[in-house]
Amino acid sequence: MRFYQHAWQSSANIPRLAGKATDLTSAIQAAADILRMSEQPLFAGLGTEVQGMRAILSLAKKTHASLDHMHAEATVRNTLAMQNSGWQTTTLTEVKNRADVILAIGTDIVSSHPRFFEKLVWNEYSLFNKTSPEIIYLALPSHLQADNLQAGISPTGQKPSVIEADTAKLPEIINALNALTNKRKLNEQQVAGVTIEALQGIVDKLQKAKYAVITWSASNFDYPHAELTVQSITQLIAKLNEHTRVAGLPLNAGDGDTSVNNANTWLTGYPTRSQFFAGQATYDSYYFSSHEQLKKSDALLWVSTFNAHQPPDCAANTIVIGQANMQFDKAPAVFIPVGTPGLDHAGTMFRMDSSVVLPLKKLRDSQLPSLAQVIEQIEALLT
Amino acid sequence: MITCLKNGRLYDPAHQKNGVLEDIYIAQGRIIAKPLDGSQITKTYDLSGKIVMAGAIDMHSHIGGGKINIARMMLPEFQESKKYSEPEAHICTASCNHHATPNTTDTGFRYIEMGYTAAFEPALMPANARQAHLEMADTPMIDKGGYAMLGNDDYFLRMLASRKDQKSINDYVAWILHSTQSIGIKVVNPGGINAFKFNQRKLDLDEHNPYYQVSAREILTSLSRAVYELGIAKPLHVHCNNLGVAGNYATTLDTISASDGLPMHLTHIQFHSYGTEGDKHFSSAAAQIAEALNKHQHITADVGQILFGQTVTASGDSMMQQLNAKYAHPKKSVIMDIECDAGCGVVPFKYRDQNYVNALQWAIGLELFLSVEDPWRIFLTTDHPNGAPFTSYPHLIRLLMDKSFRNEAFAKLNLDAQAMSNLASLSREYSLYEIAIMTRAGAAKLIGLNDRGHLGIGAGADITVYTDQADCEAMFAKPDYVFKDGELVVKDGQVVKVVWGATHTAKPEFDLGVEKPLRQYFEQYHTMQLDHFKISPDEISGDGRGSIIVHQHKRL
Repeated sequence: MRFYQHAWQSSANIPRLAGKATDLTSAIQAAADILRMSEQPLFAGLGTEVQGMRAILSLAKKTHASLDHMHAEATVRNTLAMQNSGWQTTTLTEVKNRADVILAIGTDIVSSHPRFFEKLVWNEYSLFNKTSPEIIYLALPSHLQADNLQAGISPTGQKPSVIEADTAKLPEIINALNALTNKRKLNEQQVAGVTIEALQGIVDKLQKAKYAVITWSASNFDYPHAELTVQSITQLIAKLNEHTRVAGLPLNAGDGDTSVNNANTWLTGYPTRSQFFAGQATYDSYYFSSHEQLKKSDALLWVSTFNAHQPPDCAANTIVIGQANMQFDKAPAVFIPVGTPGLDHAGTMFRMDSSVVLPLKKLRDSQLPSLAQVIEQIEALLT
Repeated sequence: MITCLKNGRLYDPAHQKNGVLEDIYIAQGRIIAKPLDGSQITKTYDLSGKIVMAGAIDMHSHIGGGKINIARMMLPEFQESKKYSEPEAHICTASCNHHATPNTTDTGFRYIEMGYTAAFEPALMPANARQAHLEMADTPMIDKGGYAMLGNDDYFLRMLASRKDQKSINDYVAWILHSTQSIGIKVVNPGGINAFKFNQRKLDLDEHNPYYQVSAREILTSLSRAVYELGIAKPLHVHCNNLGVAGNYATTLDTISASDGLPMHLTHIQFHSYGTEGDKHFSSAAAQIAEALNKHQHITADVGQILFGQTVTASGDSMMQQLNAKYAHPKKSVIMDIECDAGCGVVPFKYRDQNYVNALQWAIGLELFLSVEDPWRIFLTTDHPNGAPFTSYPHLIRLLMDKSFRNEAFAKLNLDAQAMSNLASLSREYSLYEIAIMTRAGAAKLIGLNDRGHLGIGAGADITVYTDQADCEAMFAKPDYVFKDGELVVKDGQVVKVVWGATHTAKPEFDLGVEKPLRQYFEQYHTMQLDHFKISPDEISGDGRGSIIVHQHKRL
């Protein structure tokens, strides 16, 4: 048995109402009933791809739902920075062929993107005969495994530079990097425990690089107003670009966050965290968070088709549409198992760099419906 | 089932019909000859006093793909602008609309409400083509299509640098058309986007890309020859080097000379018609450009008119947008290097009628419209949203058709700009027939849409009906009826039925052997597989809404 056949053969794939097995038609009817009765539904999780999101948005429009992705807290940090001052970014093929310095801020990269180095950094071939890039880790979060840094060692044994600092102190550290890049004199010996000399070393490497890439993972910036840290990073990139080439690479958090953000944007005009009211979308990246909306929502539709992420514990009547293997601490009112895009059915998925979109293929025949099929049937019952 | 449009006044330049009173019959989505048996007519529209044209075709409008979505993400405040009723500039009128980044549904609705039945995305980046098609698939009401961007991709530049023969280049260009489901080829700042990644900030026509040592001229020559030899109708779509730079008219004239007699389309030429005269070293070179266009019959152009107000510029030209970012309003911009394929730059702009440069840009665009003699070779565009949102077309049409309206607007502009423009001396007024050429017959001919843009028997029944009135802005803003493939979809300016339109493509033959070196290139240097790069027809037509139309080559 192949690994990907395991999931559906060992699972019952049966919809459930309050934990009790039922058939798909009854489960869809129950979900429609909950949404029909709801005055303010919240659609959250949203672990899906483009086709699933298209269906979700159509249903949201009909039910006046608000929409929030499970990793939106990180997405929003990047979006807010972009909406405030813009940014300069790059994509994976450019990194693979051009990067000669990679500065990773507050991330080991591999925790969220395990094959990053193998695919994009230690590649044998590159278009312009560049040498392997120099890797600099700045302010790694303490919860990361030290072993992960092994990925940053080049095939020839060159070790990455590691500049230790508290991730929560990144606002000060990035500001210091900006000051040094702007040739401001700092009257301190160190900033947040990092010596000025070490910071100047980073700036020198970025300025000397032919094509430096600065990457960060907004999900690791887990402190208030972390969007300002992202903005400091993008300002640093903009300043460096006045004379040399440097590009940002914001790392995503997964579960279709990039697909959902993009599809939401072209279909409604707004990125992640919006609500439909009288057929029109409204946007508020704070107010339409699950955290805020669960204070008032009377129904939660939780979607997680890639991973078995559980819904938040809440008082709202909960419908879960997601991975067949999902286990619950508290049985939701309705659970409808659906296929995983790229395994059980075809789909379309944005890559993390938000530029390349890939077709997902069907690899096995599991009889599980797709999220879009289930959502369309729910919507049909509401007309 | 036959529908009859009775007693309409037809403006159908493809058949030299200039206001001819004639009936049109429609069956199964097509215009048919008058049926012998009148009893088959199930529905008749009395169009007495109405003007009938084919559905309009926007041959250059950024309606799909990553750039506009980036603009939407960066500028959520623009979505509020659809509620604005206050004019943004002294010359704005009530129907001016400043919504530069509508969502895909609104894009389709706003187009069809103005009688446009097709729009073409001019900068479809091959690596990002799937997103462009996803967005266009979610754009209802109109037909669409894209021009694939080449000329800054490392694969092509490697071919050029290693002196690959023209046939190999042609095969690659054809393969790109197939893989990206496009109908034309575009080049943006030839070689410049690529050079910017090597930290070059400006590239002239005969300057070399620092790595490949090939010039912009060589890129243009190679691509225009490929497009010509493949026999696709749409000439190479050229966004010249030096966009927006004072004095760039010389580059534009040089680009025309680089065409070497082969068909070439110069896009948003207003942004490439600037001189360096006057105290501010920024002047109109519209006369020189118009003269060149009048002389060179193989060159076509669209204007890229600017209109005043808030918009956003979204371009593949990362090199020039990096320079333009300092003029951003509001102060933010997104600049990207993308996939060793191309790049993009998204910079919001507010064009002000009291700003010298902006006022002159407005005048330069109109000078071009009025000085280029052949309406079959100049097209009505605002380079949506770069010069203005496409929703301002009715306003632009009135500026072309109504001299006193135009001169009144001109008199409100920055005085120094007025002094530097000969616009007031240009007395030409476009006729309805000429507007129909520019926005229908000419555009269809240029792109190679043989069954669109006209009202002849066999044409797809994309038809727009207006009420003749003195205020042509009001007339073009709100048609009485719009038929899409024979179905009534707009009545009194409101959508009455939602349809999804088709995707127009061109698929010239090529040697499949081209994939062998490409596959190796993808495996070694790319981060996606070649098979995933290619968009299958199913991805567009598989959902039951979309469909693909393949247009025959012009020369076999």
